[in-house]
Amino acid sequence: MNEFLLILVSTILVNNFVLVQFLGLCPFMGVSSKLETAIGMSAATTFVLTLASVCSYLVYTYLLVPFNLAYLKTISFIMVIAVVVGFTELALRKTSPVLYRVLGIFLPLITVNCAVLGVALLNVNRNHSFAESVFYGFGAAAGFSLVMVAFAALRERVAMVDVPKPFQGSAIAMLSAGLMALAFMGFTGLVSI
Amino acid sequence: MSALWLILLAAIPLVGLAIFSGALLGFAEVRFKVEGNPIADQLNDILPQTQCGQCGYPGCRPYAEAMANGEKINKCPPGGESTIAAIADLLGVEPEPLDAEHGLEKDVPMVAYIREDECIGCTKCIQACPVDAIVGAAKQMHTVIIDECTGCDLCVEPCPVDCIDMVPVETTINTWFWQPPTPNIELIATDRTAASGEKS
Repeated sequence: MNEFLLILVSTILVNNFVLVQFLGLCPFMGVSSKLETAIGMSAATTFVLTLASVCSYLVYTYLLVPFNLAYLKTISFIMVIAVVVGFTELALRKTSPVLYRVLGIFLPLITVNCAVLGVALLNVNRNHSFAESVFYGFGAAAGFSLVMVAFAALRERVAMVDVPKPFQGSAIAMLSAGLMALAFMGFTGLVSI
Repeated sequence: MSALWLILLAAIPLVGLAIFSGALLGFAEVRFKVEGNPIADQLNDILPQTQCGQCGYPGCRPYAEAMANGEKINKCPPGGESTIAAIADLLGVEPEPLDAEHGLEKDVPMVAYIREDECIGCTKCIQACPVDAIVGAAKQMHTVIIDECTGCDLCVEPCPVDCIDMVPVETTINTWFWQPPTPNIELIATDRTAASGEKS
């Protein structure tokens, strides 16, 4: 149990996917200008990342390893993740329109994100067990959500203040992201796994 | 031979996986089919439902479907700026000023008024009314149900004796409401330029 807690702390704070490992930067910059969309994106990411680590683990362990095809993991992970998310989107649209409205457009967006593939590949590289994979995926998503929501809140505030002209728009966003990454460096060495 | 065998051995599980995935998605597509377009439904909810046709479509629903397929969002005079802003927010596009070609937003709500002694009972305005707010019959005098009238002007044009006027709705103690506080326009304007600057 302790080990799972360590994985969570490690992925959320110490090895944060966005600010420390620099995965999933595209939605981090792209969808963070409004808090509302950032929350939607975070929810979709949590969903997809957890699902992706489960599926990729299953495919790797029960299909690729028995056939000695570990070298095909990247291409099969891409396919499996895309299919699972596509299927979930279709099912969600029919069964739960409310949830579909929240996650809606973010699901296909996050599917092709490098953080999703990253979590699947890192799981394999670190020889995680099934439960570890699930926690690793969920922790990565939780870390992503934390940073995403905090950054969106930051940007909403920045949009209101008088930013000097050369820094307006993307420039100040990049600077804020850099400062946030610096702040997250403070967690380095908190836990090591 | 052995190289070919290796390639086959690699290809078969992958192809199998691909076929399985394709079948799964194909099944889901059929099994979870959703009727209608959810975006068009949401757009239809935002539109004022005057069914006036000033946008060039036969009603609000067709216009909502057209907007879901990329039609301009600034063609609804009865909805005005607030509707355009709501649609822009939903679709995630920049709000545009109302297209004057389709009519101007009225400052005050209007209703049609039929000068009843001049009405000849031709029923032309009844056929034109999109919301059935005009009662009357052939050779009988017509009149407008004020509560139903959306003020869309469509009945004015067909009247052969020009006996229909558009009159502003008088503010009575039942219809008066507090004016919403004026928002800080400048703050929102700078906010918007900052947001558009990031997108480019």
